[in-house]
Amino acid sequence: MNARKRAKPKAAPPADDALVVIRGLAFYRGERAIFDGVDLTIPRGRVTAIMGPSGSGKTTLLKLIGGQLRPDAGTIEVDGQDVHRLSRDGLYALRKRMGMLFQSGALLTDLDVFENVAYPLREHTGLPEAIIRDIVLMKLEAVGLRGARKLGARELSGGMARRVALARAIALDPMMILYDEPFTGQDPISLATLVKLIRELNDIIGLTSVVVSHDVAETAAIADYVYVLSGARVVGKGTPAALARTRSRWVRQFMEGLPDGPVPFHYPASDYVEDLMAGEEG
Amino acid sequence: MIELLRRLGRGAIGFFERLGRAHLFLARVLWGLGELYSRPGLVVAQLWSLGVLSLLIILVSGLFVGMVLGLQGYNTLVDFGAEESLGVLVALSLVRELGPVVSALLFAGRAGSALTAEIGLMKATEQLAGMEMMAVDPLRRVAGPRFLAGWLSLPLLAAIFSAMGVLGGYFVGVGLLGVDDGAFWSQMQSKVDLRDDVLNGVIKSIVFGFVVTWIAVFEGYDCVPTSEGVGRATTRTVVHSALAVLGLDFVLTALMFNEG
Repeated sequence: MNARKRAKPKAAPPADDALVVIRGLAFYRGERAIFDGVDLTIPRGRVTAIMGPSGSGKTTLLKLIGGQLRPDAGTIEVDGQDVHRLSRDGLYALRKRMGMLFQSGALLTDLDVFENVAYPLREHTGLPEAIIRDIVLMKLEAVGLRGARKLGARELSGGMARRVALARAIALDPMMILYDEPFTGQDPISLATLVKLIRELNDIIGLTSVVVSHDVAETAAIADYVYVLSGARVVGKGTPAALARTRSRWVRQFMEGLPDGPVPFHYPASDYVEDLMAGEEG
Repeated sequence: MIELLRRLGRGAIGFFERLGRAHLFLARVLWGLGELYSRPGLVVAQLWSLGVLSLLIILVSGLFVGMVLGLQGYNTLVDFGAEESLGVLVALSLVRELGPVVSALLFAGRAGSALTAEIGLMKATEQLAGMEMMAVDPLRRVAGPRFLAGWLSLPLLAAIFSAMGVLGGYFVGVGLLGVDDGAFWSQMQSKVDLRDDVLNGVIKSIVFGFVVTWIAVFEGYDCVPTSEGVGRATTRTVVHSALAVLGLDFVLTALMFNEG
């Protein structure tokens, strides 16, 4: 809780200091539009939250930024580079400067904690073992798990796995970290720890953080700027304080957790009475 | 009728699309194999889990298949007074056919299914996506070493299977049924040709190793990342591998041993 109190969102960023610029983004799964003309700017050095109900495409957006998915239209620029026009080597070079924290942690289950954090260092640097050891211990110390370095990935709780994954994500000192639902399924202690770590790592290391989440209170506590996605587009944006005052029905439904509204309680279906009277035909 | 045609068309497109994906996958895996020279440890670890850990089932199965061959062969040959040719019968059956084919089927069931399940679960738990986001190509780090290790393992396992089979035939034929020891080995030595029989058997097992491991690795990599998807992919690995091995065995046998 203290961590949340300490988290003080910064003022709105200047528009020209953008690390990620998304323009006219369209992405479809079959006939269904996940994004339809989305414009979004992620400022450098800040914590930007992407919020929205389940199925609104938040994780998909992270995969598009990371170049794991290709948009049907529009552009995504990261640090001035169009992600989807890069060669494979160019994309991999860019990814070395990004970290991503997956919802599951995505730790390599055949490696222990130390080796998981050392993995990107061994793959991408020719550093001697003694230096790799020091870096790994520093990263683990930053997430409070230096003492757990010999544990196997399978022995970790959900919260510990995410902290190890966070240590791995910062192993190469990236410019940006993408967090995919970091708070889902966490107990209050793990949750508070993650909230604290995301904010502190952002400020101390000078990262840019993109947090995808539907946990309103936790995300709003650490975010400098929030985008709310729904219905394949951005339905709200602003600082957490500004969004709390908005009149947008979309945003209010999401921020206040209302069961019905622009996002309907019922999945689209034919007339209820007709459906019941249809007997076994349907 | 139109619906039937539509389904057939959709099925055919899906089949060829997947076939194309499998070949692109193979090309990318083969292209990345060169990097493994600098990372031999990755291949050695997989040789252990795919090859060494498959030894037990290969040893035991080879022994029993050889023993059955010895029994069946003796019962047939003894009617013609040719039981001293038992060694030839056992050895030729094993090195030409049973060694490569049965080893490949066992390998698909033991190592192929494990490969598919392992890679499929890595996909389902986002480990492959995590590697991609760390700028590590999973095709080179995960698929490549497993493919090479599986490909190398099967010919060796098939050779061990055949050797155990010959020993099994020897125990039954010479040890239990009284076939002459010297005749068993000397006839085998004079009739089994290194090039026509042994080398062709080795070529078969190299082809089977390539195909079975390709199927197993691709199925894991291409599976739907859910528990059901991994289960289906594992089943497909065993079924497709078995069909491919048996179909290819016929083609290779026709090419190698057709003297007409």
